[in-house]
Amino acid sequence: MQNQAYIIHHARIAGNKLYRNGELIFTAQAEGFADFAKQAYKELNLDYPKFYKMDNLSKLAILCADVVLSEAYNHQNVAILLSNKSGSLDTDRRHQASIQQEDNFYPSPAIFVYTLANICLGEISIRHDLKSENIFLINETFDAETMHAQASYLLQSKKADYVLCGWVELFDEKYKAVLYLVGPSGQTEHSINQINDLINK
Amino acid sequence: MEELKAELKAKIIQVLNLEDVSAEDIKDDDSLFGDGLGLDSIDALELIVLLDKEYGIKLSDPKQGKAIFESINTMAEFIAENRTK
Repeated sequence: MQNQAYIIHHARIAGNKLYRNGELIFTAQAEGFADFAKQAYKELNLDYPKFYKMDNLSKLAILCADVVLSEAYNHQNVAILLSNKSGSLDTDRRHQASIQQEDNFYPSPAIFVYTLANICLGEISIRHDLKSENIFLINETFDAETMHAQASYLLQSKKADYVLCGWVELFDEKYKAVLYLVGPSGQTEHSINQINDLINK
Repeated sequence: MEELKAELKAKIIQVLNLEDVSAEDIKDDDSLFGDGLGLDSIDALELIVLLDKEYGIKLSDPKQGKAIFESINTMAEFIAENRTK
């Protein structure tokens, strides 16, 4: 039953820095996350105008996923398994501000549609044309054991050929994303210790 | 009317986060949806909010939007005739 799985690629975004497989590939002098995201978008040549319409959580997820998932994984059976602490609270708060005053009650549909954390799963799926299993878990801290177990289950049960896993947290200008791709071959063993090393670096 | 059209273009770019588009890129008779500016259904809802917030126009029937939001020309004409602020 047990098939060995490996961490194929990983990426990290935090503190105006973007890493691919542990190597710093972009850093910016940015005033806040939105500015950093705009600069990173241009650096990565994403050419995906819809990016500008996303909320900050989805921008963070899309940027990190694009570093991990090359075009070779587009249309593949790549499940997505993400987690964070604040859900969509950053955007929820923006929505709340737009409906706070009775005499200035103009909720923005474009903001409202991002008031769910799992929307970023959909954005990654649309971007990479994935029609696969996905789930977004909200936890105070990253639960490596659960993530490892769920990714292993998806692979062993053949529900997915690869699993994009990780942590995508953003609230009040504090942000951190660590994504890793798990699959049948690679150099790094897919283990709870390795996952914790990646997340807590 | 020309001033209103220029104002509309600037507001649309700002409200819809069209980062790669400038006012000069939008012709007065360009389609805003489909092959033109490529706006989507959420953008249409944002335009309905924009009419209400900026010009005091409440669309009672969202289906009206299809004709009103055809182009900058049709939007400007509708606003000029119906604005309350």
